[in-house]
Amino acid sequence: MTLAEALPATGAATAPDTVLRVEGLCVSARTEAGLKPLVQDLSFELRKGETLAIAGESGSGKSITSLAIMGLLPQPAVRVTGGSIRFAGQDLTGLSEPALRAIRGDRIAMIFQEPMTSLNPVMTVGAQLAEAIRAHEAVSRPEAAKRAALALRAVRLSEPERRMTQYPHELSGGMRQRVMIAMALALKPEVLIADEPTTALDVTVQREVLDLLRDLQAQMGTAIILITHDMGVVAEMADRVIVMRQGRQVEAAPTLQIFDRPSADYTRALLAAVPRMGQGPTRPPVSTEPVARLTDVVVRYPLRQGVLGRVSANVHAVEHVSFDIRKGETFALVGESGCGKSTIARALVGLAPHQGRIEIAGQAMEGLDAQGLKAMRRKVQMVFQDPMAALNPRMRVGDLISEPLLIHGIGDAASQRARAADLMARVGLEPEHLNRYPHEFSGGQRQRICIARALALQPELVIADESVSALDVSVQARVLDLLRALQTEFGVAYLFISHDMAVVDNISDRVAVMYLGQIVELGTRAQIFGNPQHPYTRRLIGAVPVPDPRQKRRSGPRLAVEIPSPVHPPGQAPARVVLRDIGEGHLVGSEL
Amino acid sequence: MAAYLLRRLIQSALILLGVSFITFFLLYVLPADPVRQIAGRSATAQTVENIREQLGLDKPFVVQYARYMGGLLQGDMGRSYLQKTQVAELIWSRLPATLLLMAGAIFCELVLGLTMGIIAALWRGRSIDQTLMVTSFITVSAPQFVVSLLLLYIFAVKLGWFPIGGYGTFAHLVLPAVTLGILGSGWYSRMMRSSMIDVLRADYIRTARAKGLTRARIILRHALPNAILPVIAMIGIDIGIFMGGIVVVESVFGWPGIGQLAWQAIQRVDIPIIMGVTLVSACAIVLGNLLADLIAPLIDPRIRLR
Repeated sequence: MTLAEALPATGAATAPDTVLRVEGLCVSARTEAGLKPLVQDLSFELRKGETLAIAGESGSGKSITSLAIMGLLPQPAVRVTGGSIRFAGQDLTGLSEPALRAIRGDRIAMIFQEPMTSLNPVMTVGAQLAEAIRAHEAVSRPEAAKRAALALRAVRLSEPERRMTQYPHELSGGMRQRVMIAMALALKPEVLIADEPTTALDVTVQREVLDLLRDLQAQMGTAIILITHDMGVVAEMADRVIVMRQGRQVEAAPTLQIFDRPSADYTRALLAAVPRMGQGPTRPPVSTEPVARLTDVVVRYPLRQGVLGRVSANVHAVEHVSFDIRKGETFALVGESGCGKSTIARALVGLAPHQGRIEIAGQAMEGLDAQGLKAMRRKVQMVFQDPMAALNPRMRVGDLISEPLLIHGIGDAASQRARAADLMARVGLEPEHLNRYPHEFSGGQRQRICIARALALQPELVIADESVSALDVSVQARVLDLLRALQTEFGVAYLFISHDMAVVDNISDRVAVMYLGQIVELGTRAQIFGNPQHPYTRRLIGAVPVPDPRQKRRSGPRLAVEIPSPVHPPGQAPARVVLRDIGEGHLVGSEL
Repeated sequence: MAAYLLRRLIQSALILLGVSFITFFLLYVLPADPVRQIAGRSATAQTVENIREQLGLDKPFVVQYARYMGGLLQGDMGRSYLQKTQVAELIWSRLPATLLLMAGAIFCELVLGLTMGIIAALWRGRSIDQTLMVTSFITVSAPQFVVSLLLLYIFAVKLGWFPIGGYGTFAHLVLPAVTLGILGSGWYSRMMRSSMIDVLRADYIRTARAKGLTRARIILRHALPNAILPVIAMIGIDIGIFMGGIVVVESVFGWPGIGQLAWQAIQRVDIPIIMGVTLVSACAIVLGNLLADLIAPLIDPRIRLR
C-alpha cells in the first residue's frame, strides 16, 4: 500500500463506505470544430455493495463515463478535461498507465455489452481467464488454472473444466457473458462496471445473467455500476439511479423515487416511453380474410461434408409452421435467437428455400417463375433491424424511397418523386429532405425512411423484422405510433418479428410464440399475455424485467438452461409440437 | 480432414491441367518458331522440315498436346530442344537453389513486412507510420532489376560485403534473398498495418486492456495472432508473384535456379523447358496455397476444413 492509499481521502466529506467518488467529471472529444463535451460536470458516489444504475439513451455519455473510470478512453481523441475520479485515495484521472493497469481488472473490473466479440477468438477460455489472474497476482500457471475453473464454477457454467479448453466460438452468447463475468470477478474487485451487460442477450438468458450478478454481489460485496438503457433492468437491479442525457446528469435518486416521483421532465418522458406489458390497446378483430397463409412450412439447411458433399446433418430452422396473417392486422412472431422467426420472414419474401405452402393474397408462391415472384414481392415488403445497414449510404433518400417503384416500373420519374415526397411526409419527415443522404438523419429517422420505402409499393403485408429493437425507447415509442397510424391509413398487415415481449404486447393483435423452429403457442394478444399456457411462453413472459421496482422478482431457482441444437442427422427430425385449440382459437402446443 | 485434403488435391490437379493447356496453347500460337532456333540461320528448308518432323511440331495442336500430356502422366517432361537433356533432370538439378532462395526471400519478406506493418499500425498517423508507408509504396512499385542492380552495386561492387553473383555459400544467398524480400515486403507491411489497425479496434482488445494486461502482452498475445491471419492466406498467393520475380533476380545475380533456366528457355523458345518450369511453378503456387489454408486453422480455431 502506498502512502497515498494509507491516508484518508481529502476533499469533501465522504461516507466511510464510499469506494468510488466522481466529482465534476468532464470528458471531451477533439473534433475539427474544437473540443466537444461528451460528459459535463458529472458527480456521484458509489458505496460498498450497492448497485448504481446510470441510465440514458444513446449519446447520453453513460458509456463514456464508464470508460473514463477504467482509464480506457480512446485517447488522445477523447480525454478527461476536468474533475476527478477518486478511488482508494487516489485520483484515477491523474494516474500513470502502469498505476492504472494495476487497478484495472484487479480492483475495478468491467464487463461489456457484446459477449460475442469481447473475447479473443483465438485463445481458449481458460487461457483468457488465467491470464487475467496472472496479470495481478504472482501465482503459478496450474494455480491460475485452478482459480479460473473455480471462477467458472462460480458463474454457474456447466462443466467448467471442459469450458476451460474451449474457444469462445464454441459457447453461446449467454455462456460467453458468464465467462466475461467470471473474468471480471475472479479477482474480487471492489467495483464492477457492467456496460449494458444483457442488452445483446435473449430475455431468458438476461434473466439468468442478472440473477447471477445479484448473487455474486451479495457474496462478495462488490459495488456495481450498471450502465443501461433498459428501465426494466434498472428497476430490477439498482439501488440508486442516475439519469443522464446529452452528457449531463438529469436526475439522481433512489430507484423507488425515480419510478414513483420522477422530478425531471426528461425522466418522466423516458419512463412514459418504456413499453410495458399489459397496456396495449385491445382492438376488435379486423378481418378474417388472410393476406398470407403458411401451411406446413419447413425450412431446412443441409450441412455438407466429405469429398462428394454428402449431407451429414440438417439445420431444422423452421419445422411445420402454419398460420394466417389477416388483412390489416398485426401478427407478431416472438421467440429467442435461433428460433426461426427471421427464417419465416425470409421464406415469405421468397429468400429461403422451403417445403410446404405459402400463399400471398390467395396465390401460392410455389411454382412461380421469376416474373411471378417479382409481382408477388410487390405485395410483401420488409423493414429490417439496422436502418443504417439497410440504406445504401451513397444514394439520396428520395432515390432510396422511389427505388421500389423504379424496379417494378411504376410511373415516370416525376410521379415517382412525387410519391417519395408524399411518403416522406406520411412518415413524419420533411419532404424537402429528399436530396439528403442517410447519414444526415438520426437512427429513428432512418427507420422512418425504411418504412416509407416499404410502403412505396402499397404492399398488403409489411414484415418488420426487429425493426424497433435498435432504437432508443423514446424513439421506439414514436416509431411504433407511426406504424399504428400507417396501418389505419393504408390498411396494411404487419408481420411483427421481435424478441421484446413488452413491445409485442403493445402493438400486436395476434401472437405466435416460436421455440426451436416450431410454434408452441398461438392466439390473440390477450390470450397469450393474459392466459399463457405453454411453459415456454410463461418462461418468456416471466423473464421480462418489469419497469417497476416494487415488482422485484423473488429469487427463484437458478438454472442455466441452454436451448438444444436445431441440428439433426439426415432422416431425423425433432419431435413435432402438436397444437391444440383450448377455445376461441387459442392454440397451445404439447410440452417438449 | 482426409476428405478435405483429397478434394483439394483433386482441385489442384484440375488447376494444373488448365495451366498446362493454356500454356501449351499460347506457345503453339506464338509466332516464334523453335525449329528455326534449333536449326540456326543457315539451315536449308529441308533441314528445318526434318527437324520439325522429328520433334513432332508438324502435327496438329491437339495431337501435340495429347502427346505431351501422355508423356507427363508417365513422368516424362520431354527433352530440351537445345540442351538435349531431360527437362525433368534440368529442373530437378536447379530446384534446390530456387527453393533455398524462396525460403530466404519469404523469410526476409515476412520479417521486414510484418515488422514495418506492426510499427506503422502502433504509431498510426505519426511520422514513422508515414515514412514506412511511403517506403512500402516505393518497394511495391520499384522494378525488380533496378533494386537488384542497386543492391548489387552498393553492397557487392562498392562495399564488397557480398559476392557479385553465383551460388554456394550463405553470403551468395543474402543479396538475392534481400532483394526479393524488399520487393515483397511492401505488400505485407500494408496488409499487416490495416489488419493490425482493425484488430486493435476490436472489443477483445478492450477486454484485454480492462484486465490490466501490459501493452506488450496485449499486442503479442491478443492482437498479433488475430492480425496475422489474413497475411497467412497472402503467403500462398505471394508464391505466384514470387515466381515472376525470381526470373529477373536469378538472372541478375547469376543464381542457378529454375528462374534462370526459364529465362534462357524463353529466349530460345525451348518449349519443353518452358512447359516444365511453368508446371513446376504452378505446382508450387497450388501447394503454397494449400499449405496456407492448412496452417490457418492452427492459429484460428474457428476455421474448420471441410
